[in-house]
Formats: sequence, C-alpha cells, structure tokens
Amino acid sequence: MTQTLSISERKIGFWLAVLLALLGFVMAASARHGVMAAHGFMALALGFGLVFVLGGALFDPEPQQDRSSRYYDAPTRFGIVMTLVWAMIGMGVGVWVAGLLYLPEATPPWPWTSFGRLRPVHTTGIIFGFGGNALIATSFHVLQRTSRARLADNISPWFVLLGFNLFCLWAVTGYMMGSTQSKEYAEAEWYADLWLVVVWVTYFALYIRTLARRAEPHIYVANWYYLAFILVVAMLHIVNNLALPVRWTTAESFPVWSGVQDAMVQWWYGHNAVAFFLTSGFLGMLYYFLPVRSGRPIWSYRLSIVSFWGIVFFYIWVGSHHLHYTALPYWAQTLGMTFSVILLVPSWASAGNAIATLNGAWHKVRDDATLRFMFVAAVFYGLSTFEGSFLAIRPVNSLSHYTDWTVGHVHSGTLGWVAMIVFGAIYTLVPQLSGREAMASPRAVEWHFWLAVGGTLVYVVSMWNAGITQGLMWRAYDENGALSYSFVQSVEAMAPYYLLRTIGGAMFLAGTVICVWNCRATMRTTGGEVTDRPLAPQPAE
Amino acid sequence: MLKLHYNLEKVSMGLVAAIIFAASIGGIVEIAPLFTIDETVELPDDLRPHTPLELAGREIYIREGCYACHSQMVRSLADELDRYGPYSLASESAYNHPMLWGSKRTGPDLARLGGKYSDDWHVQHLIDPRSVVPASIMPAYPWLDRPLDTGLLRDSLATLARLGVPYDEAMIQAASADAQAQSNPDSDGAEGVIERYGEGVAIRDFDGDTSMLSELDAVVAYLQSLGTLTDTPYEVLAEGGQ
Ligand code: HEC
Ligand code: HEM
Repeated sequence: MTQTLSISERKIGFWLAVLLALLGFVMAASARHGVMAAHGFMALALGFGLVFVLGGALFDPEPQQDRSSRYYDAPTRFGIVMTLVWAMIGMGVGVWVAGLLYLPEATPPWPWTSFGRLRPVHTTGIIFGFGGNALIATSFHVLQRTSRARLADNISPWFVLLGFNLFCLWAVTGYMMGSTQSKEYAEAEWYADLWLVVVWVTYFALYIRTLARRAEPHIYVANWYYLAFILVVAMLHIVNNLALPVRWTTAESFPVWSGVQDAMVQWWYGHNAVAFFLTSGFLGMLYYFLPVRSGRPIWSYRLSIVSFWGIVFFYIWVGSHHLHYTALPYWAQTLGMTFSVILLVPSWASAGNAIATLNGAWHKVRDDATLRFMFVAAVFYGLSTFEGSFLAIRPVNSLSHYTDWTVGHVHSGTLGWVAMIVFGAIYTLVPQLSGREAMASPRAVEWHFWLAVGGTLVYVVSMWNAGITQGLMWRAYDENGALSYSFVQSVEAMAPYYLLRTIGGAMFLAGTVICVWNCRATMRTTGGEVTDRPLAPQPAE
Repeated sequence: MLKLHYNLEKVSMGLVAAIIFAASIGGIVEIAPLFTIDETVELPDDLRPHTPLELAGREIYIREGCYACHSQMVRSLADELDRYGPYSLASESAYNHPMLWGSKRTGPDLARLGGKYSDDWHVQHLIDPRSVVPASIMPAYPWLDRPLDTGLLRDSLATLARLGVPYDEAMIQAASADAQAQSNPDSDGAEGVIERYGEGVAIRDFDGDTSMLSELDAVVAYLQSLGTLTDTPYEVLAEGGQ
C-alpha cells in the first residue's frame, strides 16, 4: 500500500488512521464493557496498526513519477486477498453449521459456537465479506478499464476497502458475542450500520469522480450495474436499518419499524439484497469479464439495455413474495407474486445474452476452466431465476416456504451463480495483476471447477429433496382427517439430506481452498508490471 | 428510445437519477400504504405489550438466533391451523420491534406456543433438548441458567415507548423491579405487575429456582406469553367458521 502513495497522501492517511484510533478509543471508553467496547478496541487496533504502517513510511521515497499514467491496481489486489479470506471464513462456517444440523451434539458448550449465532456469521461473512469485497475489488478494475482512466484519488479506495472490512468484522464478531438486530442480512448493530453509510458514500463519490475523468464518451454496461448496486444498496440499507439505540453507549437498539410494516420493509430489503447485492453487481462482473475472457463482444447491446432497466425496475416490487399467506395485506402479496413472474423476462434476457456471447467461442469454454466458471455461472443464473419466479407463485410457495427448498434455491444462486462468477473473475484478474500469463497451476483451476460444480449439485439436489419432503409431510392428512406426521417426524426425515448437504458443502469448500492456494502461489511469483495502460491522456483535475 | 439511452449513457448523473427513480417506485407503492394500517387495522382492546421479563426473554431469543429455526407466523392454510392454531393477525405483532415472523422452520412455529407445555418442560428442553425429544436437532442452551442482567430494561421500555409501544411512565420506572417480581409470586411487587400489565400475565417462578432471576426465567416467561397477548385470533377464527 504505502509505496503506491505519495508522501503527502501518506500524511493524510496517517491522520485518518489517528482519527480511526480515536474513534475506537471513544467507543471503548464510553461503552466501558460489552460488545460496543470490544468493537471500539478493534477500531483502535486497526487505527494503531495503520498509524504504524503509514507513520513508518512517511520518509520513504516518493513513488515513480509516471504514476498517473497507470491504472491503480494495488487496492484491487488487496480486495481480492480479502475476498479469499472471507471465502474461507464464510464457507468454513457454512460447512460447520451444516454439520451441526446433522449432528447437533457436536456443538461445544460455548455460547458463541451455537447454531443461531453462527448462521448469521455465515450469511454476513459470505454475502458481505466474500461477495462485497469481490464486488468492490472488481469494480475498481472494471471502472478504470472501461473508462480508460485512473481512479480519481489514491486514498479513498483504501478507505472504502478497509472501512468495509471493519464493518464486516464488527458484524460477525458482534453476532458471536450475542449482539444482533435479527433482521436477516442486516443483523449488524446501529453504529456499524452508520459506519457503513460513511464508507458507502465515499465509494459512490469515488465511482462518480472516476467516471467523470473517463476518456470514453459512453459509460459501459458493467458500470451501470455496479452503479445500481451502489445506489440501491445504500437506499435499502438506510431505510431498513433505521433504529433507535437504547443508549448511545450500548450496542442494543430497537428498529423503528414494527409488525407488518417491519416485515414488509425487511423483505423489501431482504429480497433486494439478493437483487442489488447478489445480482446486479455480479452481472456487472459478468458483462465485463465474460467478453474479456472469451474475446467476443456482448451479443446484443439492445438486450442489455432492456434487461438492465427491467431488473432495476421490477426487482424492487418482489419482496412481498416472502410473505404469502401471512398477515401482510393480500394486494401486496399479489403485487409481489406478479412482478416476480414478470422478472423472469429481464433475468433470462441477461442470462441469454451472456450465453449467446459465447457463440463462436465454445472451443474456449471446453478448454479454459476459467471461462467455464463464467459459463456455468450464467447457466445457474438462468436456472435459479426461473426457480425463483416459480417459488413466488402463491400455491407453490405454500409448499416451499419455511422449508429447505428455499435454502436449496438460495444456494443454487449463491454457489452456482455468485461464487462461480467470482471465481471466474478472480482467475482472470489474479494472473493479470501479477504480470503473468496464467495461474501458477492451471490444473488446480480444473480441479477447483469440478469440485465446485459437483459440490453445488450435491448441495442443491439434496436440499430440493429435503424441502419437498418436508413440505409434503407437513400438509399430509390420513384417512381420518388428522395430520399424518408430527413435526419431529419431519425433522427425522431430514437427516440423510443434511448429511449430503454437508458433504456437498465440504466439496465446494475444498475447491475454494485449492483456489486460495493457487492465488497465493500466483501472487507470490509476480512476473512484472501490469501491462495495460490508460490510452488517452488524462484530463487535468 | 435507443437514441435516448445512447445519450443517457454519456451523463453519469443522469444515469444515477434514472436508477434511483426506477428503483423507488415499487418500494413506495408497496410500503407507503402500510402506514395507514394503524387506522385501517384496529388494535384489539385486550392487546397488551410484553412485560419487562418477557421482553428480556425476547432479547435473549434474538441474541441466540432462535428465529433462525423458528417462525412466529401461522399462515392461513388448513394444515397450519390444525397443527399450530389460529392464523396470525397483523395486529398481534403491532408492538414488536422487530417482528420475528421468521423465514425457516427447522423447528416448529412458535406463534401459539403459550400454555402448550409446562415451565419444567421448557427448562429441561432448553438445557438439553434431546433429554425430552430424543430425535431433536435443536441446540442445547446450558448457559441460560446464568443471572439475568436487568440493567438495560428501563431504558429499553423507554425507547420502545418513544417508538409508540404503550409503556407508561410507571411501567418504565418499575421495569427492573417488575422483572424480579414476575418470577416471584410471593413478593410485594407481584401485585404491581398485575396492576400494570393485566390479569392475563403469568406470575410464577419459571425456572424452579427462587434464589435467583435467571435468563431461563426470562426465556420461559417469553415463550409462555407467545400467542396469549390477545384473544382476537381465536375470535376471528370462530366468527369465520360460522
Ligand atoms: C437448529 C435449529 C434450532 C434452533 C437454533 C432453536 N431451535 Fe427450538 N426447535 C428446533 C427443532 C428441530 C425442534 C423440534 C424438536 C424439539 O421439540 O426439540 C424445536 C422445538 C422447540 C420448541 C418446542 C415447540 C413445540 O411446539 O413443540 C420450543 C419451545 C423451542 N424449540 C424453543 C427454542 C428457543 C427458545 C430457541 C433459542 C434459545 C430455539 N428453540 C432454538 C430447532 C431449533
Ligand atoms: C461452502 C458452501 C456453503 C455451505 C456448506 C453453506 C451452508 C449453509 C447453511 C447450513 C445455511 C443455513 C440453512 C438453514 O438454516 O437450514 C445457509 C444459509 C445461507 N447461505 Fe450458505 N452455504 C454455503 C455457501 C454460501 C454462499 C457462497 C453464499 C452466498 C454467496 C451463501 C448464502 C447463504 C444465504 C443467503 C443463506 C440464508 C438462506 C435463507 O435464509 O433462506 N451460502 N448456508
């Protein structure tokens, strides 16, 4: 980090680090004990660490002179490393909690290892830690390449990445210590939420400022998706997390929403976290890395416009399909269902556009595991959006809701689509950032690919079976008109599927471990400089 | 159209504005009308908010992530009515910040749980679920026998009152004393709990150990209160059946 910053930038960074340490100190000192104090200490430690790193480098030589005529890739590198770290944490915890559902006796007697506390560690760690870092890291890369401009400044990318990771750390450690808002995918405490707003505004400003420097008249499609991701996530995050702290010096707070309103706001947020965190940004990734890797332009520009606006407009409506047959007013449920079905059109338009792009490059898909990751991602994107629209239909939902079918659906999207496209992007980026032609071990990429595909299939198929079995058992009546099965019988029936799911998850995790090893080996043997340069002269700022 | 978009792609702030506009409509249409619900859905007269002890139990329920496996929302489907009881009404969770409707039933729905089992059963089940239900995959919570921290209760009630939950000044002032008294029927404060929260409140020693107010007391008090805060769902169902 420090070698790429000028001395005056290091000074600014130094003072920002001092501020962070101070913020941590104030938090710890005013809370005195409990979760908020622990989080204050974490901020203090991070601030101190940065003070040392930056302070120690204050008198080092200036970076090379032609810095501004190059892309700024150091933050992307760091972001990818963090992506991999969180992948291991998030998936590791995923496999662990999957195992606990098969063998609950294995829970150690410490509260923080309990299923209910670790499940949000899995979801937050994987969605925000793994997914979020991947999005930020690739967005910096894509933004610069498609704008042919260097990032607008050198400090805010670091602020965004470090700040975002501090948020993730606060969130997951908070749950383990027993502090949570209990709103799915928005469990973090109120001060962590406020912190994320600051980080996010900086991110948005950086994005817009860099776009303003672009040497291309048009903003490329990938950037539309990244922009939608940044903007709408901000909107969702702020509205859903409005809360009143019990005291300014404790982590506890109460959301301002209650009852039905809370349920509607929560699932408006929850489903659009899927849409704008787990879909829109990753479509941006797809629209950049797929053409780059396959060497073919996007099949249809027109279709990309239609599907983009379709996704932005229709997705927002669908959250209420999480609340069928509940106390939510019927009209709102119906709207959610209707728009969910319509949503299939722009979703398949995107998936189809991606797959059609590969026309004429199928031999590459066969030979190149990296491109195959992206191809499989597009296929699973198509499959899980189809499944999603299907599950949103009221009578289908009456069977699937509350069961493991939902979990199967979620993971066909997250393992099959999100994780696959991230791996495709990582295998494209890491060699490039390291100035190499290819990954250290192409064979390992091949292994990773088959473990990931196999793991996903085992996971998803076992959860389909689990969910449908559960749903059918719950509603089965015998000839006397009494319920056929007690709840516990349906629990017993799940055991084989939960075991299979754990095995599928472990395969997927094994693939990730191979990926981490391979990336490390590639990054360590850096071949030289990144070769591509912004082509046009930089406009003066 | 295409031409228009062609130009839009050149203006970053234009794109930003268009995205915000397109992404706002759905949310506004679906969420805004729900805020008139306070007028359209009548709150039942007998609906009471949770007592401080139950509220403390609810916070523990949230802390331990019970909501990750248990829903509290009976859907209006025949098998759910037979399995759990009357379907849930919007008004029942009107005082719940946040709602705990849940999204996954690894364990059964708990919306109608109050009174289904004895306090002893719950204590035993929480400490070691497999000792009462051998096939259970619910985690054990042996640490819940530790003392309950009531330090935050007063401010919690005050915060909820600011958000519109009907806790009056007397309830707020007495919050932590009421938590103690609810699990201690012989104490002087027990009368006060009834006076403030009504006859329907269960006043007894929930965990079978009078020497200390434990987290178990709070959780069991909360579990036993589920579905008992108003009788309306039963009345609505009976009327519908006629
Ligand atoms: C891993 C998922 C899981 C978690 C977390 C969990 N439970 Fe359970 N729970 C179950 C399962 C499965 C059953 C059904 C078997 C049984 O009765 O133990 C159950 C049953 C119950 C029952 C009996 C319901 C009935 O009608 O028979 C109660 C009460 C209960 N849980 C309360 C809790 C509380 C309180 C917590 C949090 C402290 C909790 N559960 C956390 C899975 C879970
Ligand atoms: C190693 C692979 C993985 C394993 C073993 C795994 C396991 C699990 C388990 C056991 C649950 C809880 C299900 C339940 O409560 O019954 C879960 C939930 C969830 N996981 Fe994963 N997971 C993995 C990867 C991922 C990835 C890569 C993502 C996202 C990018 C993800 C996102 C989610 C989400 C959003 C939920 C919540 C689902 C819901 O609320 O219905 N998981 N996972």
